[in-house]
Amino acid sequence: MKGLIAFLMAAFIAGLLSNARVAYAEPGVPNPLRIGSEGYYPPFNFVDQSGQLKGFDIDIAMALCERLKVECKLLAQDWDGIIPALLAGKYDAIVASMSITDERKKVVSFTDKYYSNKVRFVAAKGGGFDPGKLDGKTIGTQRATIAANWLAKNAGGAKVKLYDKQTDAYLDLAARRLDAIFADGLVLHEWLKTKAGAGFEMVGDAYELDEGIGIAVRKEDNVLRQRLNAALAAMLADGTYATINARYFPFSIY
Amino acid sequence: MLLGFGAQLAAGTLVTVGLAVASLAGGLLLGIAGAAARMSRRRLLRTAAQAYTTAVRGVPELLVILIVYFGASAAVGRVAALFGVTGFFELNPFLAGVAALSLTFGAYAAEVLRGAFLAVPPGQTEAAYSLGLTRARVFSHVLLPQVWRTALPGLGNLFLVLLKDTSLVSVVGLDEIMRKSALAVSYTQQPFTFYLAAAFIYLAMTAVSMAGIQVLERRAARGMEWSG
Amino acid sequence: MMAALHGMAAESTAQLLAGAWLTMQLTALAMLVGTTLAFPLALMRTSRHGWLRAPAYGYVFFFRGTPLLVQIFLVYYGLAQFEAIRDGFLWPVLSEAYWCAIIAFSLNTAAYTAEILRGGMMAVPLGEREAARALGFSRWQEIRLIVLPRAVRQALPAYGNEVILMLKGSALASTITLLELTGVARTLIARTYLAVEFFALAGLIYLLLTLLIVRGVRLLERRWALPGQAIETVPGTRHGDLLA
Repeated sequence: MKGLIAFLMAAFIAGLLSNARVAYAEPGVPNPLRIGSEGYYPPFNFVDQSGQLKGFDIDIAMALCERLKVECKLLAQDWDGIIPALLAGKYDAIVASMSITDERKKVVSFTDKYYSNKVRFVAAKGGGFDPGKLDGKTIGTQRATIAANWLAKNAGGAKVKLYDKQTDAYLDLAARRLDAIFADGLVLHEWLKTKAGAGFEMVGDAYELDEGIGIAVRKEDNVLRQRLNAALAAMLADGTYATINARYFPFSIY
Repeated sequence: MLLGFGAQLAAGTLVTVGLAVASLAGGLLLGIAGAAARMSRRRLLRTAAQAYTTAVRGVPELLVILIVYFGASAAVGRVAALFGVTGFFELNPFLAGVAALSLTFGAYAAEVLRGAFLAVPPGQTEAAYSLGLTRARVFSHVLLPQVWRTALPGLGNLFLVLLKDTSLVSVVGLDEIMRKSALAVSYTQQPFTFYLAAAFIYLAMTAVSMAGIQVLERRAARGMEWSG
Repeated sequence: MMAALHGMAAESTAQLLAGAWLTMQLTALAMLVGTTLAFPLALMRTSRHGWLRAPAYGYVFFFRGTPLLVQIFLVYYGLAQFEAIRDGFLWPVLSEAYWCAIIAFSLNTAAYTAEILRGGMMAVPLGEREAARALGFSRWQEIRLIVLPRAVRQALPAYGNEVILMLKGSALASTITLLELTGVARTLIARTYLAVEFFALAGLIYLLLTLLIVRGVRLLERRWALPGQAIETVPGTRHGDLLA
C-alpha cells in the first residue's frame, strides 16, 4: 500500500516535471515563438484530417517564424479565451484573424495589419432579409468579436445568439435556427462555396468595423512587435505574402 | 473511416485515457490527504479540508478547469516573483486539466475515504497501538488495506465520473476526444456523426473501466490478506 | 472614469443575476421532468420482465456512460443535421436552445435519478412487502403504497446530491448559446478580459446556490424522516450501486 502511494506520487511529479517549464520573459523574440490560434475559422485557421492547424493565419505565422529564424510552436485556444490566455503567458503572439480595435488596444498591442476585412450579413437566398430591419430577427455571431460588439450596440431589437465557434453558427443557420449570421465577409465567402452554404447569400452593405487584422502581443513585448512588423513588411515586399494569399483567395486581401 | 477523421479520434482517445489516469493518481493523493486532514486532531487542518471539499463540490467542473487554466499561471508567477524569479510559468492544457480534475476527484474521494476510515472498528486501531505500532504504521498496515476494500466501489464510481469530466478539458484546447470531435464537426459540418462517435468511445471506455473496477473489487474482497 | 466603472459594475451584476436566474430555471425544470421520467424507469429496471428491464438498462447505461457535454451537443447540433427532424412536428421545440438544454439535462438526470430510486426500492425491507401481499394488496398497490413512499425517503440524501450535480452540469448550457450564469461570465470576460475574476465570481454564485440546495434537502429530510431512520449522506456516490 505504501508502495502504491509512493508510486502514485512519483508518477504524478514526473508528469508535472515533464510538462511544466519556466519560460523566462526576455527582450526580443523568444525561441521557440509560441503562437496562439484557434482552429474553427476556415480558411484562416482550421484543422483537417491530419490533425494539424492549417490555413492563411498559420501560413503567415510559419513564414514569420522562418524569417525571424525561430521555431514556431502553435497552440490552439478557444476564441473567447484567446486574449486572457495571451495575458496569462500561455503563448507570445495571437495569429488568429484578430481585428485591430481600440478596445483591444487597451489590453494588448497589435502589429501592422496583415489583411483587411469587412463584416457582412449572410441570409437565405430570396428570404427577404433586410439588414435595415433587424428587430425581432435572430442573428448569430461569434462571441467576443467586433461583429458581436456591433450587434450589441446597433441591434437592440434583435435576438443575438453568441457562438463559441464561427462554424457552429453555420450549423444553426443551415438548420434555420437563425435568420442571418453577421461575420467577416471573407470567412462567409468561404462558407458560401460549401454545399451547406449553397442556399445562402450575402445581404446588404459591408461594414468596416476595425483597422484591419493584426497580430496581438502583450503590451510589454514591444521588441517582438517591431520584429514582427519588420518581417511582415519584408514578406509583403518580396512576394511571400502574395504567394500565401493566392493559396486561399484569387484576389488580394491585404 | 469517419470521413478520414478516425485516426484523429483515436489519437484523442489516447489523450483522454492519459488525462484520466494522471488525474486519478493526483486525485487519489489529494483524496487521501483530504481525508486525513478531515480526521486530523488539528482544527485548522479540519477546517481547511472542509472548505476545500465544500468549495470544489459546489462549483461546476467546467469553471474549476477554466479557473485553474487561466489563474494558475498568474498565481504561480506571483509566488515565483516573491523569490525573485520573474517570467511566465506555463501550465499547458494537459497539466491544467490534470490539476483541475485531480482537485475535483480529490474532494469527492476525501469524503468516500473518510467514510471508509470511520467504518474500521476503533478496537483495531487501539489493538495496533497497544502492540507498539507507530501512528504511520497503524495507518499504512492496519487502516489502509481495509479502507481500500470499503472505499473501492465509491472510488470506482468517482473514476467513471472523472472519465466523463475529461471531456470538459476540451474548452482549454486539449486535443482529447471531445475537441477532436468538435474540430471534425467544424471541418465536415456533420455534428451528429462525430458527437455520436464520441459517445460510443466514451461508452466503450466506461464499459472497460467497469470491468476493471469489478476485478479490483473481487480481488480486494478475496480473503483478508495484508497488502502493502 | 469612476462613474463609467460603477455603471459597468452595476450592468455586470444585473447580467450575472439574470444568468443565475436562468441557471435556476434550467436546473428546476430539468429536475422536474427528469424525476418524472425516473419513476417509470426505476420500475422498469426492477421489473420481473426482461423485456422491460433491458431497454431501461440500455437507457441508463447510455446516459450514465457518456459525458453530458456530448449529450447536449447531440441534442442541439446533432439532431438538426437531419432534414426529417427540421421538417418534423418537434422542430418548434428542438429549434430552441433553451428546450434542447432542458431535454438533454432531463434525459441525463432521469438516468441517474432512476438508479437512486432503484437503490431506495431495494432497501425497502422484504418483510414490509410480504406484509402488504399478505394483506391482499395487488402488486401495483404494494409498489404505490408501500415501496415507493419508503424508497423516496430513503433516496432523498442521494437525490439532494443529484440536484447539486444538475445545477453544476447546467453550466454546459453556455456551450449552446444560452446566457445562463457561465454564459454571462464568458460574455463579460469577452468585454473585460478578466477571465479568472469573472469565472471565480460565477463559481461563488454556484457555491451559494449549492449551499441553498443543501439547506433545503436537510429540511425535507428532517420533515420526512422515519422514526429511527438514520440519515447518512454519502457524498460523491453519484452512480449509486453501479448497474449491479
